[in-house]
Amino acid sequence: MSKDQALIFELSEPERISYSLPELDVPDIDLDEWLPEEFNRKTEPELPEVSELQLMRHYTALSKRNHGVDSGFYPLGSCTMKYNPKINEDVARYPGFAFVHPLQEEETVQGALEMMYNLQENLVAVTGMDEVTLQPAAGAHGEWTGLMMIRAYHEANGDFNRTKVIVPDSAHGTNPASATVAGFEAVTVKSNEKGLVDLEDLKRVVDQDTAALMLTNPNTLGLFEEQITEMATIIHDAGGKLYYDGANMNAIMGAARPGDMGFDVVHLNLHKTFTGPHGGGGPGSGPVGVKSDLIPYLPKPVLVKENDAYRFDYDCPQSIGRVKPYYGNFGINVRAYTYIRTMGPEGLKQVSENAVLNANYMMRRLQDAFVLPYEQHCKHEFVISGKKQKKLGVRTLDMAKRLLDFGYHPPTIYFPINVEECMMIEPTETESKETLDEFCDVLLQIAKEAEDNPEIVQEAPHTTVIGRLDETTAARKPILRYQKS
Amino acid sequence: MKHRYLPTTDQDRKEMLETIGVDSVQDLFEDIPEAIRFKGELKVEKQLFESELIRYMSKLSSQNANTLENASFLGAGVYDHAIPSVVDHVIRRSEFYTAYTPYQPEISQGELQAIFEFQTMISELTGMEVANSSMYDGPTALAEAGLLSAGQTKKKKIIVSKTVHPEARAVIDTYARGQRLSVVEVDSSNGVTDLEKLKQEIDENTACVMVQYPNFFGQLEPLPDIEKLVHEQKAMFVVSSNPLALGRLTPPGEMGADIVVGDCQPFGIPAQFGGPHCGYFAVTKKLMRKVPGRLIGQTTDDNGQRGFVLTLQAREQHIRRDKATSNICSNQALNALASSVAMTALGKKGVRKMAEQNIKKAHYAKALLEEAGVETVFNGVYFNEFVIKVNGPIKELNRKLLTKGIIGGYDLGRDYPELNNHMLVAVTENRTKAEIDMFVEEVGGAK
Repeated sequence: MSKDQALIFELSEPERISYSLPELDVPDIDLDEWLPEEFNRKTEPELPEVSELQLMRHYTALSKRNHGVDSGFYPLGSCTMKYNPKINEDVARYPGFAFVHPLQEEETVQGALEMMYNLQENLVAVTGMDEVTLQPAAGAHGEWTGLMMIRAYHEANGDFNRTKVIVPDSAHGTNPASATVAGFEAVTVKSNEKGLVDLEDLKRVVDQDTAALMLTNPNTLGLFEEQITEMATIIHDAGGKLYYDGANMNAIMGAARPGDMGFDVVHLNLHKTFTGPHGGGGPGSGPVGVKSDLIPYLPKPVLVKENDAYRFDYDCPQSIGRVKPYYGNFGINVRAYTYIRTMGPEGLKQVSENAVLNANYMMRRLQDAFVLPYEQHCKHEFVISGKKQKKLGVRTLDMAKRLLDFGYHPPTIYFPINVEECMMIEPTETESKETLDEFCDVLLQIAKEAEDNPEIVQEAPHTTVIGRLDETTAARKPILRYQKS
Repeated sequence: MKHRYLPTTDQDRKEMLETIGVDSVQDLFEDIPEAIRFKGELKVEKQLFESELIRYMSKLSSQNANTLENASFLGAGVYDHAIPSVVDHVIRRSEFYTAYTPYQPEISQGELQAIFEFQTMISELTGMEVANSSMYDGPTALAEAGLLSAGQTKKKKIIVSKTVHPEARAVIDTYARGQRLSVVEVDSSNGVTDLEKLKQEIDENTACVMVQYPNFFGQLEPLPDIEKLVHEQKAMFVVSSNPLALGRLTPPGEMGADIVVGDCQPFGIPAQFGGPHCGYFAVTKKLMRKVPGRLIGQTTDDNGQRGFVLTLQAREQHIRRDKATSNICSNQALNALASSVAMTALGKKGVRKMAEQNIKKAHYAKALLEEAGVETVFNGVYFNEFVIKVNGPIKELNRKLLTKGIIGGYDLGRDYPELNNHMLVAVTENRTKAEIDMFVEEVGGAK
């Protein structure tokens, strides 16, 4: 493979095109005359000019320089990089889903509304909540939506002093960031030696200012918060609400439901657990489910079913308002619904069981060569530390880069931040035992290399199209766009 | 029966449980307290085989009037444009759509380079120095522009013109409430922002002024005049723009905008009942380190070879946590790729030609409607949308139009009580002369 791939702009030659618009079939007008001077664009935007084959070759070449789940194992912890079913992609492209305008009259989109309604009902069932909105575009957007609802709930009760949202030190960065955007102050609660929320510390930070506790369960270490009901009691007794970050829902479908654990608000990442693909970074979908006392605050409009017909209800006086135009990332929701129907209730339960089995198997295969910070069974993912290798001069980053030489996407590294030199591994249920074994064998080999031949790890990767990149210069002297030289 | 997405066999399971040292998979769930363990079967709809599912989903799909079979004159922020076939062929390459955020640049150069190219194209169209890798959509990008402005100026008042998309204004309200910012809406006059009223509103507490160009009614806002008013008070000038229009119209970046946002849906992204689309976010160099979301930068590897990385990450939630510039994490990368491919396919000349055809076809439709005696309101310059007034409810007219295979325009009475019985008509390059003629005949007959 060629080392450098030219930018599309560097392939450009004037007059080449890869799409032909029909000629104008209405009387022409002279826009230079028609447009007032100030609106008549003089500088032409420098967009590329290539033929259709050049375009396809360019993007095909780029795709070959990219690793997806279909390319190979992708155990990126907390991201649930499971197989993306192909039927989902087909269904989302049906004309009545892809080519429908959101502002068409409701009577012309009943099929789309039925799909949304059914998806909401299924998500209610999986989470044990009372109602779900599909409006948020992604997980972080769902977090913020949920927190805004919690704020509206407190304020409707005349409670304006609940300014704090508690997040564990192991939480994903979006949790505290979403708290800030929703107008709260984020407060950290510590983890104990078992990797779980320290109940004593929780009691210390909870007070009359507490609006909510945000929690992922299982948490980002892949561990189930066994004392969740005690935590719920602590938060509820103080008048706060319990928020469930559904990033790790893949661990517990059919085994436990956030609604039964005492959570008041839940968001789900449909691009994780429910296979709406990750798309190279998005689009996702982040539905939010709530218990009945928070229903009045759901974003509007709310989808309702009456006499076998569906319509949007805009008359929601206590709603937090809109969080997104239209009704959410419908195209991703179609994919998630298709997946749920492909699996059924038993299938979803099996998904979580296999995800947990795979993670525990890998954890036990790797525990001796690395440092396992927490002994208990994990759920769908686990964390190991490269502390031992660091003493040999090989960092977790080096081991991650060395994995690239074997065709693997590395695990999530240096997160969660409360475990030194950590690797967070999430295999998912769609991987075979053979794949897990091959990956473990390679990681064990790398651990051995760290002892015998550290340079090969420290200097990795050796086989990729490009070596380690100079990120410092990239940030210090940013080049964020192509400039014709 | 085994499921096709689940490869673990009974033999595998047995061996794995042995390695783990437990007897059953249930043992791995022992840490879930008995009281909250879920028993029984989830009330999820039953499993369907692929053939059954295809039939069921096809049935649901067929219950929706689509814009392939019907001629759509509905826009209002989402448009029916030509989508080159190559777009879907590229985004269906699973190396792109089954990857995630390019955290490991050595095996993500394809995604990183494609998005670097996207940032360049958005910079070119908007006339701005820096563009990010995408936002959820135009309206949330606009709301984030409000938060950026408030953070940058340390001021609390956001001024939004009522000619900004109503759903975008609703989204801004929600975001602003989160940050305890006040939002003031400014009336319009003859379909554009009322400059006198705007002038009265801008004061020393103003963080930014937001306008849309072309605005919700399709009209071109007098950006140079607004810019003066905004910058005289040291507020920030935020413009939401349809990027296709900028293929022909002077970009906000050349008229003093500090932040330009919008939605790339017109480039290669189907309407999909409202999402996913693809927001863009472009700023002056001065604001580069305040931008929400991901940025891709060019750099070199240890051999001096060019490569691309996620950069300036110190702004972002995974580093800065509660001090981040935004909470955005997942964005709309695949749709940014789709838009890049569409812009590349159309090319420099094609984007301009498409933008011109939109103006020309809208112009033709508007003139023909006027000839047919239909009242058009607002007489300023427009892009691909304009407003007509009819006698009677728009809903009824649209019902009638659909029987002729036409999806009618947007009922402005839904958001502007004073514009009851007014329809916002969108005419893109996809509308043929015959379709326009038929639309005029039907609407003219119903006036």
